[in-house]
Amino acid sequence: MSQEQHTADKHQVGYGTYVLIWLVLLSLTVTTVAVSGINLGNFILFTALLIALVKSILVVNVFMHIKFDEPIFKVFLGVAIMTLLAVFILISFDIFFR
Amino acid sequence: MSEAIHSEIAEKAASSAGHSHHVHRDDFGAKIGMWLFLFTELLLFGGLFIIYMAYRQEYSDAFHLAAKELNMTIGTINTIILLTSSLTMALSIAALQRYKITLSLYMLAATILLAFAFMVNKYFEWGAKFSHGIYPGSEELTSKSSGEIIFFGLYYTMTGLHGLHVLVGIVLLAFMFVFIKRKSITPTNYIKLENSGLYWHLVDLIWIFLFPLFYLIH
Repeated sequence: MSQEQHTADKHQVGYGTYVLIWLVLLSLTVTTVAVSGINLGNFILFTALLIALVKSILVVNVFMHIKFDEPIFKVFLGVAIMTLLAVFILISFDIFFR
Repeated sequence: MSEAIHSEIAEKAASSAGHSHHVHRDDFGAKIGMWLFLFTELLLFGGLFIIYMAYRQEYSDAFHLAAKELNMTIGTINTIILLTSSLTMALSIAALQRYKITLSLYMLAATILLAFAFMVNKYFEWGAKFSHGIYPGSEELTSKSSGEIIFFGLYYTMTGLHGLHVLVGIVLLAFMFVFIKRKSITPTNYIKLENSGLYWHLVDLIWIFLFPLFYLIH
């Protein structure tokens, strides 16, 4: 009984929300494929990565529940992403400004 | 099995004590553990993406040339398959939370089937490359420029490691299916399913970046 109480307190995401996010993810996929056909020069990589970033934010927040989880998970994820980002930025200085 | 017995004892202890915090079950800790594991995965793939970034900068033209060999249609279909499998995974957990166990099982089975479909596509995709003589160490490939060799090396390593994760995911989710059937995962105790879901979404997440970086360069 007490456990049911515990579960009921947790945030439950509706089916509709998931389906909606899925539809957005699909349309972003179609967009990124369509855009890749247009010659945008250096912006091709930029737009492709930007769309991938938006997609991953949606997946992490809704499918992976980060948006509804306790704040400590957001802190953990933030630290992990910042670490990865720091490594990327520092190394890219070496790569792009040799 | 021992875990199920364990939680049963804990449940009895909890109902006699009348407090939920006496339950010897730490879903919160389990989830933190799962996220920590996912961070190591992030760093593993992150390292590979750094190598990709460095070589793409050095061999930009060769990367564009080599990427033309990749089948964008299969890549797009596989993206759609993985995104859909992420949806069915999330729906499986949502259904279980609402005590719709049959629906949860159907959704989980759909996730596993979509994962299989992904691997079947991958098989045909790699098969076509192999029949064109493009595989690590092949005569055809080693006669190409260094940049192209590196592109295909990264392609096989990164999509291969990702494919391995999909295979592991299939096994993992099959176990979860059995656990739900055996009531080791229940509408009040589903952390195992939730954590498997987190893993599955990470596999989707990595593909979200692999897809544009390998298939969408022209």
